[in-house]
Amino acid sequence: MSMPQSISSVFMAILRRDMLLAFRRRQDLANPLVFFVIAVSLFPLGVSPEKSFLAEAGAGIVWVAALLATLLSLDGLFRSDFEDGSLEQLVLSPSPLYAIVLAKILVHWLVTGLPLILLSPILGLMMYLSSDQIVLLGLTLLLGTPVLSLVGAIGAALTVGLRVGGVLISLLVLPLYIPVLIFGAGTVNAAASGLSVAGYLALLGAFFMLALVLAPLAAAAALRISMTNS
Amino acid sequence: MALLRVERLTCERDDRILFQDLSFEVGSGEVIQIEGPNGAGKTTLLKILGGLLQNWEGELYWKGQPMSEVRSEFLASLLYIGHKPGVKAVLSPLENLRAWSALHEPATDDKLMAALARVRLAGYEYVPCGSLSAGQQRRVALARLYLSQAPLWVLDEAFTAIDRSGVEQLEALLANKAQRGGAVIMTTHHALNLPGALRKIRLGKAQEAPEVLEEEDLL
Amino acid sequence: MKVWFYRLGSPKWFYDIAGRCLPWLAWSALLLIAIGTVWGLVFAPADYQQGNSFRIMYIHVPTAFLAQSCYLMMAVAAVISLVWKMKLCDLVIVAAAPLGAAFTFLALFTGAVWGKPTWGTWWVWDARLTAMLILLFLYFGVIALQHAIQDKVASARATAVLILVGVVNIPIIKYSVEWWNTLHQPASFKLTEKPAMPSEMWLPLLVMVLGFYCFFAAVLFMRTRNEILDRERRTKWVRELVQKVSSR
Repeated sequence: MSMPQSISSVFMAILRRDMLLAFRRRQDLANPLVFFVIAVSLFPLGVSPEKSFLAEAGAGIVWVAALLATLLSLDGLFRSDFEDGSLEQLVLSPSPLYAIVLAKILVHWLVTGLPLILLSPILGLMMYLSSDQIVLLGLTLLLGTPVLSLVGAIGAALTVGLRVGGVLISLLVLPLYIPVLIFGAGTVNAAASGLSVAGYLALLGAFFMLALVLAPLAAAAALRISMTNS
Repeated sequence: MALLRVERLTCERDDRILFQDLSFEVGSGEVIQIEGPNGAGKTTLLKILGGLLQNWEGELYWKGQPMSEVRSEFLASLLYIGHKPGVKAVLSPLENLRAWSALHEPATDDKLMAALARVRLAGYEYVPCGSLSAGQQRRVALARLYLSQAPLWVLDEAFTAIDRSGVEQLEALLANKAQRGGAVIMTTHHALNLPGALRKIRLGKAQEAPEVLEEEDLL
Repeated sequence: MKVWFYRLGSPKWFYDIAGRCLPWLAWSALLLIAIGTVWGLVFAPADYQQGNSFRIMYIHVPTAFLAQSCYLMMAVAAVISLVWKMKLCDLVIVAAAPLGAAFTFLALFTGAVWGKPTWGTWWVWDARLTAMLILLFLYFGVIALQHAIQDKVASARATAVLILVGVVNIPIIKYSVEWWNTLHQPASFKLTEKPAMPSEMWLPLLVMVLGFYCFFAAVLFMRTRNEILDRERRTKWVRELVQKVSSR
């Protein structure tokens, strides 16, 4: 009889497995990042390359693009496991599904969110943001992208196995992303107007904590429900 | 000793009744084969037993207790290999087994290699499963059978893509499992040759849901 | 008490009770809305600032209330459905979601109509309207998920989870949008500002709100009864009902 393994060993095992999976398909990982850069570049092209516009809109543009790039990558969070039957095995393991889901979300953030954060200074430069703003942008992304992965996982879990998957996830998850967007981009803009930002960063941190606790629960519940979708 | 007891299981899907008031028991030392034509609900039944589906009525008991109360003990005592075996194509057999083992049955790499050797995958331990044949991929999943101590095995179409010597080996393994007091519930299109403890449960063709149902008495 | 609770979950019982309440609700709705409309549009005094255009408030405010109440009601039904697995709650959610979306759209539409004579544009990104827009998106998500999942039980459960995730987010969204609004409009204006209103103004509003709630309840009951008939179509009582109706 298999003993329910300790939560940390299960967490590490899934972490290792998913990092390995991501690494083996690393060419796929670049796609959301390329999209990120292209999406940001669309705004100077479609609206105006004037410094006056870009400096003011820059933080928001980068944030919106980060949001959309994350959305693109969410469909793959559970899909491959669903298709080859691994998800079934994960749901049937005696270990808490919460820990398994959290590990998968962490890997998702490491391969999607973290590169976005690392790319953001370059994009900030292209948007004529000051160095203070670039740092702040990176900080808000650091606090916000985990929330995007966490909340996005709920959407991915609710739709795993459905034919319509991708677009439906966006529909479900985008309204939930709006507060993070408002505070993420808003904080950078508020700093430009001279307001103190410590409070807003703390709020973003609070979003993160809330999502960290609740989102894996909701995602695990949603995964169990989605097992009917074969 | 009865391990799993099913009482009055009824399942309806897409306006078709797959089975109604199905009751049976699985005790240690038994091998149960669920048989029936395609679409009769065999896979659905196995999924319900594993707790993967929610759209059914009836009662499930594990070692005499209601399943809802002892779910984690049940999961710790269950080895389930479904229609899709849960083998990741990008990983090698060894990596696949390692991941599975960390969640269910911790084992050293040596034990994992030994299990792979038992299913005749020695020499393929490091090859990405995507490059293996369908039969070889399925054997990666079957390697779990050689590692698992779980009392109950639920196997859906375990013999798919397995060649003749593999079939004999698997039958011997199942017979051995039953002898040692374990239990197996399985579906297969293959004609099983198991001396002794094989019991068959036949599901009929899924019927159109009947015209008239009484509303249950709720009070 | 427990018996009553389980009885509440019986679709047949609800069908009967709802059927009996329906005429009362429908007539009340008709009466209250008629009275409220005439009172508000004709007899209430004109607002000294906005003139006669404020009268759209008599439709906008009730619809806005209902848009939010409907979602909250769905959230309660979602909890009951997930915890006690009551099928009736699933049916209520299916019936309520498009209704709530319609009321939200109406609230937005009347808000826009209100905005035009007051502020000169068909749309303003004020906090209340924007929050209502996001609520509409939440409704769309619920409806889309409902239709995307074939299996009825899984669809109900998944929708319930989504509704609960949404309901946790609603206060967060409201707070965020208010803050966002202050960032961009230092002199914050509120489209639906309600300063101390004389009773001649808010009494008809109250009548309208009550009327709209009755209307909502009536339509919800009708839609739920339809869902019940659809889901329970193979039970004896539905068969007999259909035969009785078709033989008339």
